[in-house]
Amino acid sequence: MNKLLLAALVSGAMAVPAFAADYTIMAPASPGGGWDQTARTMQEAMQAEGISGNVQVTNVPGAGGTIGLAQFVNQYTGNPNALIVGGYVMVGAVLTNASPVSLANVTPIARLTGESDVIVVPANSELQSLDDLVAMLKADPGSVSWAGGSAGGVDHIAAGLIAKAVGVDPTAVNYIAYSGGGEALAAVLGGQVTVGISGAGEFAAQIEAGDLRALAVTGDEPFNGIPTLQDGGVDVVVQNWRMVAAAPGLTDEQKAAINADIEKLVASATWTEALATKGWVNTYLAGDAFDAQLTKDIAATEAILKDIGLVQ
Amino acid sequence: MDTFGLLGQGLIAAMQWQNLIYAFIGVTLGTAVGVLPGIGPALTVALLLPVTYRLDPAGSLIMFAGIYYGGMYGGSTTSILLNTPGESASIVTALEGNKMARKGRGGPALATSAIGSFVAGLIATLGLAFIAPFVVKFALMFGPADYFALMILAFITVSAAFGDSALRGLTALFIGLGLGVIGIDLQTGQARLAFGIPDLLDGIEVTTLAVAMFAIGETLMIASTSGSIKDEVIAVKGSIWMTAEDWKRSWGAWLRGTAIGFPIGAMPAGGAEIGTFFSYATEKQLTKHPEEFGEGAIEGVAGPEAANNASAAGTLVPLLTLGLPTTATAAIMLAGFQQFGLQPGPLLFANNASLVWALIASLLVANFMLVVLNLPLIGLWVRLLTIPKPWLYGGILVFATLGTLGANGAMSGHIGPISFSFELMMLLAFGILGYLLRRFGYPIAPVVVGLILGPMAEQQLRRALAISQGDFTALFHSPIAIVLYMLATAAILIPLYFRLRGKGEVFSQLASDED
Repeated sequence: MNKLLLAALVSGAMAVPAFAADYTIMAPASPGGGWDQTARTMQEAMQAEGISGNVQVTNVPGAGGTIGLAQFVNQYTGNPNALIVGGYVMVGAVLTNASPVSLANVTPIARLTGESDVIVVPANSELQSLDDLVAMLKADPGSVSWAGGSAGGVDHIAAGLIAKAVGVDPTAVNYIAYSGGGEALAAVLGGQVTVGISGAGEFAAQIEAGDLRALAVTGDEPFNGIPTLQDGGVDVVVQNWRMVAAAPGLTDEQKAAINADIEKLVASATWTEALATKGWVNTYLAGDAFDAQLTKDIAATEAILKDIGLVQ
Repeated sequence: MDTFGLLGQGLIAAMQWQNLIYAFIGVTLGTAVGVLPGIGPALTVALLLPVTYRLDPAGSLIMFAGIYYGGMYGGSTTSILLNTPGESASIVTALEGNKMARKGRGGPALATSAIGSFVAGLIATLGLAFIAPFVVKFALMFGPADYFALMILAFITVSAAFGDSALRGLTALFIGLGLGVIGIDLQTGQARLAFGIPDLLDGIEVTTLAVAMFAIGETLMIASTSGSIKDEVIAVKGSIWMTAEDWKRSWGAWLRGTAIGFPIGAMPAGGAEIGTFFSYATEKQLTKHPEEFGEGAIEGVAGPEAANNASAAGTLVPLLTLGLPTTATAAIMLAGFQQFGLQPGPLLFANNASLVWALIASLLVANFMLVVLNLPLIGLWVRLLTIPKPWLYGGILVFATLGTLGANGAMSGHIGPISFSFELMMLLAFGILGYLLRRFGYPIAPVVVGLILGPMAEQQLRRALAISQGDFTALFHSPIAIVLYMLATAAILIPLYFRLRGKGEVFSQLASDED
């Protein structure tokens, strides 16, 4: 018994000075999704680069990440080794679910990656360009059915913003929610809906194969030769993004240490390679600039969700 | 790539040692629960769902499929030696099989059922492999209105068409549909009937409901009806091998049983039991030894046993290609797919082709394992019947509780200062509901099917209506939907006709023994 205790003490003592922190990263979603992949990519890179010796990933799925967020705040307040992955979808989910816990209850650290949405039509659609889509939308908003991810998510928000920008009532947007880009893809390919709107990666293979025609991307830069909405005269820029946050109640030193670790992570070769293989764009933004951007995004999201009618 | 190529790749994956181990665990467990009366594959897979939450998806699904196939094999053993069907698809086997055992021909009866199950399993699994890609191509043409019609057909066949009372079936279905409404609505992102409880935002876990209904409910039922009759196990005397005469009389019955069982399993209506009844009736018509029927005719064992295994493979056709469960076990396997974030349906074949084909190929492997497990080791399986029931059900209760706690054991419920696991409370509440349903003769499967398919049906209906901008006639525009509604109408009317003609006892027997 004593020997065992001694062994535990020795191994514990040896483990502590080797690395700054053993992080626990919560992915507030089921295994396999974007947040889970982000958390696991962070885990691999942090361990490979020696930023952290032992990184654990836990999955707490549910309600657009708000279940995980609430559990994170309950469990880890004041813990400098706990991180949570989140993103734009969480901003919308906090609002639509009227979640008691929001991003204001955690310590946002940095925006990590971004992905543009793409608007597609089936190859045999009569819509040839963004102008055709805008004309159809203006003539009869209900006749344009949009297939995308869950209600209140970035796909839905983008559709609402486009309607608003071209002078159409956002509540008239005929948005059909699917549980993911794959299901929405089937609906677009089957010609059951007018347009599809989801992450550029979701439709990339079918666009390349010629089964789908891409009308525009929603980001601020063209993607694979697809023009932006602004190029087509629709003044909307919206991008899905993923972030990492730490627990609430940290000291400035603890916050600075986490910031330094994330900065090291983002600069690392492992991270850059992983992003390239997954097709994610590095949109790293930290510190005050990120806080300001986050506040702006939350306000803009709340405004458009009210316009669409999802938030009262 | 053609079916042969895909199946070949699947076989390579299925032969990996970890998948072989999963398949072996599955068929062993499956045979065991098939042998034990009252415990069936649905209950077993439900119990294992929370445990496999963190395991490899392909391996877990291979294990579930092994349990399903194994249950079909094991059930016949109990039917033949105990005259108590181990599971509902073996009711018919008991008719002739137990008579054979009483005459000292238990060995050949077990052999013809095991070899027949093997032959049928092999042919039907190949049938699944070749038919599935065609169904998938067809299913890709389905729009929301067609899917909605398909769900309606499934609701009717699962609840109203078979069973002694359409009203009881529908009541059970609507309990499931009602539970399915709870949680965040996909189309608007608003929470419904969650009463501010975060655990309810994502709806009721199918796993929790299934474990509660099947495991807790059955345990309470057994506990409340203790002191049942002691069953007599008939020892297997003489050789277990079949004579030349037995072979001659069996092989035709195996093939006919397969031909009857597979299409019935594959249709979105009814389970394995119906095929076994048809097969038995067919053999009785065709036999050259009509005097032996009722006294231990080997055809009466060979045919239905082949039919029930063939229909198990048939059931996987709508499950994998359309995401449509037609039996209780299939419903729980669907929950198994969903817990790994996989949605069976045409997209599964496109996005997870390697997993699907490894699963189908592993069924062939499992089939070989089962015939080896079942023939020489029959004595071992029979010994399972000597386990005292209190131990067995006590174990099930512990396993169900630990599994649920392991999968979702957050102490998220609070009454004053006391914290408790909300999921566990739901498990117990649904377990009591499951007991009450059993106690008053309501079927269980429609509740689970309602919870799984209800939300899907709602989403498809609302998508169809949103796309048509509220025009209800859009639900009947597609020829696929019209055909499905016609089938649904037939599924109501045909059993009604039989019931009026006084032939309802077959259906009521099916309902009372569902598993």
